[in-house]
Amino acid sequence: MTRLLEVRDLRVQFRTRDGIAEAVGGVSYGVDAGRTLAVLGESGSGKSVTAQAVMGILDSPPGRITGGEVLFRGRDLLTMRAEQRRRIRGAAMAMIFQDALSALNPVITVGAQLAEMYEVHRGMSRGDAQRRAVELMDRVRIPAAGQRAGDYPHQFSGGMRQRIMIAMAMALEPDLIIADEPTTALDVTVQAQVMDLLAELRREYAMGLVLITHDLGVVADVADTIAVMYAGRIVETAPVRDLYRRPAHPYTRGLLDSVPRVDHGGGQARRGHADHGRHGGHESHGVHGAHRGGKLYAIRGAPPSPLTMPSGCPFHPRCPRAQEVCRVERPPLYEVTTDAGTDAVANTGADTESGIGSGIGSDGRTSACHFWKEELHA
Amino acid sequence: MPEPFDTRYDMTEAIAPAGGGGGGGAVDPAASGPQGLKDRPRRLTLPWRKEPGRRLGGPAAPTGRGLWSDAWHDLRRNPVFIVSALIILFLVVIAIWPQLIASGNPYHGDLARAQDGPAPGHPFGYDLQGRDVYTRTVYGARASITVGICATLGAALLGSALGGLAGYFGGWWDALLSRIADVFFGIPILLGGLVFLSVVTSGSVWPVVGFIVLLGWPQISRIARGSVVTVKEHDYVQAARALGASSGRTLLRHIAPNAVAPVIVVATIALGTYISLEATLSFLGVGLKPPTVSWGIDISSAATQIRNAPHMLLWPAGALSITVLAFIMLGDAVRDALDPKLR
Repeated sequence: MTRLLEVRDLRVQFRTRDGIAEAVGGVSYGVDAGRTLAVLGESGSGKSVTAQAVMGILDSPPGRITGGEVLFRGRDLLTMRAEQRRRIRGAAMAMIFQDALSALNPVITVGAQLAEMYEVHRGMSRGDAQRRAVELMDRVRIPAAGQRAGDYPHQFSGGMRQRIMIAMAMALEPDLIIADEPTTALDVTVQAQVMDLLAELRREYAMGLVLITHDLGVVADVADTIAVMYAGRIVETAPVRDLYRRPAHPYTRGLLDSVPRVDHGGGQARRGHADHGRHGGHESHGVHGAHRGGKLYAIRGAPPSPLTMPSGCPFHPRCPRAQEVCRVERPPLYEVTTDAGTDAVANTGADTESGIGSGIGSDGRTSACHFWKEELHA
Repeated sequence: MPEPFDTRYDMTEAIAPAGGGGGGGAVDPAASGPQGLKDRPRRLTLPWRKEPGRRLGGPAAPTGRGLWSDAWHDLRRNPVFIVSALIILFLVVIAIWPQLIASGNPYHGDLARAQDGPAPGHPFGYDLQGRDVYTRTVYGARASITVGICATLGAALLGSALGGLAGYFGGWWDALLSRIADVFFGIPILLGGLVFLSVVTSGSVWPVVGFIVLLGWPQISRIARGSVVTVKEHDYVQAARALGASSGRTLLRHIAPNAVAPVIVVATIALGTYISLEATLSFLGVGLKPPTVSWGIDISSAATQIRNAPHMLLWPAGALSITVLAFIMLGDAVRDALDPKLR
């Protein structure tokens, strides 16, 4: 079965004054129709750039796609003609942006912006398009949609704006939606509503959803699969429950541990760092303090600059589990098997890609850590 | 500033249609100032009727209505805008129908009265050929306004089209266009005018318009390019692309309306300078040529007689100054209204 979207070994470079920065260094992930893939990572990990490259809206120059494939229903978007790609955008795949205020045109009423989708792609008359626009606003639960269609974006609240952004992306019922941090600009109560709406619409239209976020809380409820990115690469891919229960990469564990919890603070996940705190010898590994009322765990250091990528594993300067091998040898994407944990060791390249990012069902876990087994069983 | 206020009263009385003079207009805070009471309600009823909310008092804050309606809201209350707009309206009207206020013939000369001062029915006196200075000053508005508006339209359209495309597409097209613009920037206007226009024999306005467009578009294109480059970076442009808008659509519907404000401001101010440029060129004998009636030509022929017949010079020169001033004031007011940083 061809997957809805499959990204293979995508590489994006930015030419800057200080040299060439490889913002995305061989990312592979995939999502099936009706499934949600969450791409998790901190700022600058390359998750948004990957999405822009997939959508074909990367600013070039300075950005440049230097390798890889983006297969949408089996067809490579990167080799497609620009005009053909444009027809796919909006109609078959659409994107939701982080800040709806800046992503909506300030001088056009929201009704007209929504109607434009129908006029441009479907060739509807203005009146029909307007009617559809109001229906759509109603569909994303904007109160008094008919009256508000004539309002400008800045006259809406943040949550309502994001609903309109979602409505625009949904307008032509695309097969795939890429949502780039759709809730980051919203306050917490509204975040939940918007995520619920997004999940509901995804279910209803059986779309594939790529959810880009740095918020672990957002991901847990909606995603089927999670791909964790670090320094322009995928470091771990796993079904959502497995990842939360037993992360197979120290970075993932670090992320999970840095989320405050109100339940039994010490949790299972934290024990791993109890063993390795001494390697780091850093006070932020005060693992036992991660309990409620104690000190919250933080991954020490800062993400590397794409211009000066560390040798070996890019995470090693911050990793509590780092060994000599991590400094020298870049870990390939190992296939993670949860049962015995004995086989594995596939190399990066073609042979692993089939398994990467698959949804639940095929186990399809991968981890780019030499010590994934230790991490998994920690 | 009492003087401009007085001017406005006269203009308002003369031109603005009388609104329904409902009383109680004194609420408007913008209206405070040394104003005649009788005039107040008339001027204030219009904005007031449209916005019942304003009656609640307090300065009407332009709360969220988009750039253009905010700007209009500001402009309506700006005395500078009202004064300059009324002057310009008046000038445009007499440029189209000079016979409305001047019944004479601008070409009719009575040599017996050459250089005579004001006389009954001839308030501005006579020029060197015994023609009526008042009539010629009124008829001279047509040339100046035509040149100003046509040259500005031409330069604005050409400049924003080229600059906008350069800003949007970037790359070699941008580099090429910017260098071409630099070349035209490098041409000294007067020298260029003397060289280009001295070979033109036609006395009509079009060679002058063409010349001003030729030298004026680079200024507009730089502004348009910069503006488009700024707007292009905005998320909504990327969002439009992500939702499948074509280049043309992105440029016309999403970028142009958001990038046009600086171009309008610069073009309005440039209009005033273009009018004075036309007068300068005509003065030097390379712009408009007789029998076209132009302030520049009249100033030129009067300049030699300044000591024995100053009225020949002062009236066309005064008309020119007021016209240029009105357009520059309008440009200033529009800039203040469109620049969100000044709010």
